[in-house]
Amino acid sequence: MSRYKEIMARKNEIMKKSLGIDYERFESGGIAFDYERMMKETGYTLEEIIKIQREANVGDTPLIELKNLTELARKVSPTGKAARIFIKDEACNPSGSFKERRASVSIYHAKQKGYKGVIAATSGNYGAAVASQAAMKGLKCIVVQEAYDSRGIGQPEILEKGRKCETFGAEVVQLTVGPELFYVNLMLLEETGYFNASLYTPFGVAGIETLGYEIAQQVKEKTGKFPDVVVTTHAGGGNLTGTARGLIKAGAAYTKVYGASVDLTGLHMASDKDFNRKSFTTGHTGFGIPFATWPDRADVPRNAARPLRYMDGYYLVKQGEVFYMTELLAQLEGLERGPAGNTSLAAAFSLAQQMENDQIIVVQETEYTGAGKNPTAQLTFAMQNGINILVGNPDDEIPGQNIILPEHPSMIKAREVNLSNLKKSYIKNCVQHFEIIPKDKDIKFLAEDTKSSEEFVKEVISELQNGGLV
Amino acid sequence: MAQKGDWVKIKQVILEPEERAENIPQDTKETPLTMWVKGLLLEDGEIGDTVKIKTFTGRIVEGVLVEVNPRHIHDFGNPISELIKAGMKAREILYGGEENE
Repeated sequence: MSRYKEIMARKNEIMKKSLGIDYERFESGGIAFDYERMMKETGYTLEEIIKIQREANVGDTPLIELKNLTELARKVSPTGKAARIFIKDEACNPSGSFKERRASVSIYHAKQKGYKGVIAATSGNYGAAVASQAAMKGLKCIVVQEAYDSRGIGQPEILEKGRKCETFGAEVVQLTVGPELFYVNLMLLEETGYFNASLYTPFGVAGIETLGYEIAQQVKEKTGKFPDVVVTTHAGGGNLTGTARGLIKAGAAYTKVYGASVDLTGLHMASDKDFNRKSFTTGHTGFGIPFATWPDRADVPRNAARPLRYMDGYYLVKQGEVFYMTELLAQLEGLERGPAGNTSLAAAFSLAQQMENDQIIVVQETEYTGAGKNPTAQLTFAMQNGINILVGNPDDEIPGQNIILPEHPSMIKAREVNLSNLKKSYIKNCVQHFEIIPKDKDIKFLAEDTKSSEEFVKEVISELQNGGLV
Repeated sequence: MAQKGDWVKIKQVILEPEERAENIPQDTKETPLTMWVKGLLLEDGEIGDTVKIKTFTGRIVEGVLVEVNPRHIHDFGNPISELIKAGMKAREILYGGEENE
């Protein structure tokens, strides 16, 4: 049996030892599992998390009103009106992104359980967050990154994140393209016995609840009411899940939570050739769609990130629009932030124009910027990889071929994704994976996990049966 | 010549093409899964030699020596005039162009 198959065969055993969570306790034997009990019993309370994060210099970041961008939105808005746009400056966390909220709880947990080190398989900001928190807690750290194509050419954004992890004293294992990143992660977990700081554990995702909670409190303090809309960048689903849960815990039950992803339709995430023909390595449809329609693809048996359970809307923006908004954030608001963190800002700029002047829309993150993680670095790299940089209508952008900067701010659009289609495909995936026709307990679970109704779930199931799909 | 104790970068093939996972695109399947990692060299060596290093976590890893004092090559790239002009135009729309200067 090949090395690859041999290690993968021991996956559950390695995962259990490196996570210290018995997921079986929450299973029902069918599609349903006890999500809330899992979050409660293996997680920490909101108060405990706030304490953990304050002691680690995490969270309590500024909420900034983008007055000039709000004014610009009103000037270009078809109605002449636009909601007040606020932005939560998560770049102020020690390692420069909201991911540190997740890492702070995970690394606190690892230390409590006596692990000597932590490992995270991520090419995103989560790596530096884990490395920073591990350094704070005196734990060793390995970050495993998918960083290079087979020519040995690295994505600038990822090279910068690798450098930052190294700066915090983490061992950075960099790989060429491929899903076997998970195989290398398992080998390292087995070799070192370190804690698996997976993005998708209950306490990892719960770390983001303080973000939603702070937004609700800060907006109430500044304006006397809760926000009408919070837009969160959507990739693996933990960001949206945690933010929504935090808003609910703060009492902001009517605040709409929208996901926003960069549209990379047509590029294959595991293709060696496509790897360097994209300018966004996170917060894009390559993760956003598959993690919404099958969250349990994650490295843990049951993903604590359940985006469809909380998503009130899902919108796509183009790469050119996000680079454009990053430039405007700097030239109009004097804030220089990394491009990947402005995916929600691009969507919010458009969504605000469908709202009233006294309403409030919050962009839920920013990320740090630097060499590599910057529009000029990414666009220069795109050109070197044969991508045309144009000015025109972003609707014409073709990922992997060109990047189109909007000719006029009014061209920025938040393109709505049909959520019920995503919900249908998630239900279909569950029925096909578990190979059972859902009855009452599973139907109730699916209704909750898709923020829909039992009627909707039953309708989808009969559609599947009539279509011979199950 | 790299000396014992130098900070270096090594390379190692983790999976040959035929050992790779099944469900991956063909273009990826034709390439070896390759790893790079940095650490302190445990004995003198030349670029291209198989050497051992000690990483930040104290792991001993073997691989082909590819670079001594591995440089960070990512930078801010070239200025993008289309982006600069886009910002200027947005300011014009917001503040009403030259007459308002």
